[in-house]
Amino acid sequence: MPTALPVLNDRFRPVERFAARPGRDYTLLPMRLISLDAGRHVLTNFAGEYVVLPKETTRRLVRHELDTASDVFEELLSRHFVSVGGSDAALDLLAVKYRTKQSLLAEFTSLFMFVVSLRCDHSCPYCQVSRQSLDRHAYDMKPDVADRAVDFMFRSPSRALKVEFQGGESLLNFPLIRRIVERVESRNLAEGRDVQFVIATNLAPLTDEMLDYCRVHEIVISTSLDGPRELHNQNRPRPGGDSHKLAVRGIRRVREALGHDSVAALMTTTAASLAQPREIVDEYVRQGFSCVFLRPLSPYGFAVKTGLARKYAADEWLEFYRAALGYIIELNLAGTPFREEYSSLILRKMLTPFPTGYVDLQSPAGLGIAGLIFNYDGDVYASDEARMLAETGDRKFRLGNLAVDSFEDVMTSDALIDVLSETMTEGVPMCVDCGFQPYCGSDPVYHHATQGDVVGFKPTSDFCRRNMGVMRHLVRLLEDDERAASVLETWI
Amino acid sequence: MIKLHARLEKRLDAEPFVARVARGRGGGRGDLREVQFVDGQDEPSPGYGGYLLAEGLEEGPWAARPDAWPIPEALGHLSDGDVVRISPRSGELWVMYRRGSTSNSMLLTERCNSYCVMCSQPPRDVADDHLVRSYLEAIPLMSRETNELGITGGEPTLLGDRLLEIIRKCRDHLPETSLHMLSNGRMFNYLSLSREVAEIGHPDLMIGVPLYSDLPHRHDFVVQADGAFDQTIRGLMNLARCGVSVEIRVVLHRQTVERLPQLARFIARNLPFADHVALMGLEMMGFVRMNLEPLWIDPADYRPQLTGAVEHLHRRGMNVSIYNHQLCVLDRGLWPFARKSISDWKNEYVDECVACAARDHCGGFFASSSLRRSSRIRPLTPDMIPPESATSPTLSATP
Ligand code: SF4
Ligand code: SF4
Repeated sequence: MPTALPVLNDRFRPVERFAARPGRDYTLLPMRLISLDAGRHVLTNFAGEYVVLPKETTRRLVRHELDTASDVFEELLSRHFVSVGGSDAALDLLAVKYRTKQSLLAEFTSLFMFVVSLRCDHSCPYCQVSRQSLDRHAYDMKPDVADRAVDFMFRSPSRALKVEFQGGESLLNFPLIRRIVERVESRNLAEGRDVQFVIATNLAPLTDEMLDYCRVHEIVISTSLDGPRELHNQNRPRPGGDSHKLAVRGIRRVREALGHDSVAALMTTTAASLAQPREIVDEYVRQGFSCVFLRPLSPYGFAVKTGLARKYAADEWLEFYRAALGYIIELNLAGTPFREEYSSLILRKMLTPFPTGYVDLQSPAGLGIAGLIFNYDGDVYASDEARMLAETGDRKFRLGNLAVDSFEDVMTSDALIDVLSETMTEGVPMCVDCGFQPYCGSDPVYHHATQGDVVGFKPTSDFCRRNMGVMRHLVRLLEDDERAASVLETWI
Repeated sequence: MIKLHARLEKRLDAEPFVARVARGRGGGRGDLREVQFVDGQDEPSPGYGGYLLAEGLEEGPWAARPDAWPIPEALGHLSDGDVVRISPRSGELWVMYRRGSTSNSMLLTERCNSYCVMCSQPPRDVADDHLVRSYLEAIPLMSRETNELGITGGEPTLLGDRLLEIIRKCRDHLPETSLHMLSNGRMFNYLSLSREVAEIGHPDLMIGVPLYSDLPHRHDFVVQADGAFDQTIRGLMNLARCGVSVEIRVVLHRQTVERLPQLARFIARNLPFADHVALMGLEMMGFVRMNLEPLWIDPADYRPQLTGAVEHLHRRGMNVSIYNHQLCVLDRGLWPFARKSISDWKNEYVDECVACAARDHCGGFFASSSLRRSSRIRPLTPDMIPPESATSPTLSATP
């Protein structure tokens, strides 16, 4: 408690005499809670602020028995879990914070993925989509499809447009990439959007001409790096071998031509990765990256169905994640700044008022309204996973085809709207009461694919289990481990 | 310390007027809205609205003129382009604006609707309409090259339309001058006032609004007004909504430092739209003198809270500065955030500073700090001064 002694000159009133001072009772503002461990709860308010309370304190809080002169009450008042009679600015502030948190919704779709070819020179067992084909035209996007896709994209009201070229191996159809880039650029002279181009590639087919083109058109590169050589090559077999060597050489060439930060790497956690958290992190550090995204394997695609990749339980991934994160924190404390991106996304939601654009952790889901994907054949899907699912025969999230459907048709289709409204975590069983709801999201494609239902049954959902595990772990680190917290604070 | 008020001989038959000072060769335009500063070097020339006679000339032929005033030595600092107000009947000269100063501000009223426990300029309920009138005359005389001009009080928003007139005048006559207004923000609780200020379309206006606590009753206590927190918060939101830049100012004293980390968190969460957050040392003036013990805390004793608050805000992308603090009482990591902020006519150094290697970077003290200052002022040695590259804010994960 702040002390007012020694007292003010008597022409001033002491703090006890101000009307906004808490009286004996208080009003509870909207909040959710979840058990952190045996003795504590995590409480979150509407706008994503959290407090950790002993369970007994939570009980007293909700029974209106909390001492309003206590420090813990002041914390709850400060973070808008309660309000008191003399002041109601809390409600306005909560409204503004909620609006800030949801502000990306107003921006609408900003990520557009173009599958320029399904052909690929690799044969990764977990890949759901690539095709080895001699008939190059069967699986390449046609120019007229690409042109329609560009026109479609500019129908989105978003100020920022991110154009991502996907495959297969996207560079195998570089002429189409050029066509799309130039068409977007010329349209954008009049539109004036904030456009960014990304090519997702395994870098194997990269030529100097392509690099020149990327430099001139400010295109950045996203590639795959699964870890050290042996692991990467095991995950990504390729006729002629040594995908790792090609990736590392490619990364170096991209950096030389376009600058150090113009290449990002993604890793997929396979069953073989689980035993190598440190080795994977070390490889990322060795290759000069400042972060890694510990991405779990989609457990429902082609590969898992065909038994080519071993599925693993959420808990196995969590164990891997915690080990890797612990190692990364130690690296930071020893002087190597390095981030884990999935944690950063969630920390940003916990520790700042701002949203993140990450598609899988949104409510309403990011499907369609955050990102869309144009398949080589003109089909429009709600997400990359939705397209992969279609390759295994399930076209549930196909929203239309560029040849026949307009932007308006697609964005207002029942296939999209029904799914978005049915799966909002604000209202679905379990999430509705979950203390982590403000940080989490609904992943309808995942739940449809694994449980046959877009809402999903969260008690047995690995998506839920994984996120709960990550969030509990992060809150514990922030609360109980000062050294770790000092590092995590810098990742927002 | 530079004197801004001086006594002149009384002249009972002349009206008060505002004029620009013309001094030196090529100074001024020889215009009725100017007074010529006459010293030993330059001859007075006809055509000015009045003459100020430096010391030694009070016996000369000009002294007899009704529009010439001998001025005291303390006004020797008057320079070409300064703006003064002369009240012949009461025999007063007031320096309203100094062209060479980087901290000119216009005190528009002494009235206020709050009564802050540490107010350095205690409000007075007096009829002071002449202040606005005088500034409306002075603004067109100020140099267009003025970088920054302040508006203070009292509480300027109590002036209503006349405040809008001042801002409009600045927009029209000083379009390249940043205008910085200090307000308690409570009147911006009325969306209409926020809109009216926004609609003036001043090219570079920022409103600095104090916030003293994350808890409503504690803020209300510091400003001694029930409901002030809610009004100020809504005022800040209204201003932001209308597109007016806002700065949040926190004066640090014993009643505000205890919850400073919580206040920083509150600002980052609730008011992320603020363009600047200023954390300010206490000026030992006004009510502080009467509440010295309950307010005073040695800045060296709130280092952890201050460092925590700055880190929190900085990491969340907020633009944060520390004002009125001596470098030797701040953690090293905070130096890049410290600004030399004390007005040039108020700042001083103490004996310890003579040997200090950081003196050029340090803002020193308010003259008023002779009343009480940190007991831990220590001269810094050259090896303690960060290299030039450390001037941009960077904080490590483990300070
Ligand atoms: S999916 Fe699980 S962790 Fe996420 S909000 Fe729903 S119940 Fe909570
Ligand atoms: S000794 Fe004086 S000049 Fe040096 S840092 Fe301290 S207050 Fe500033």
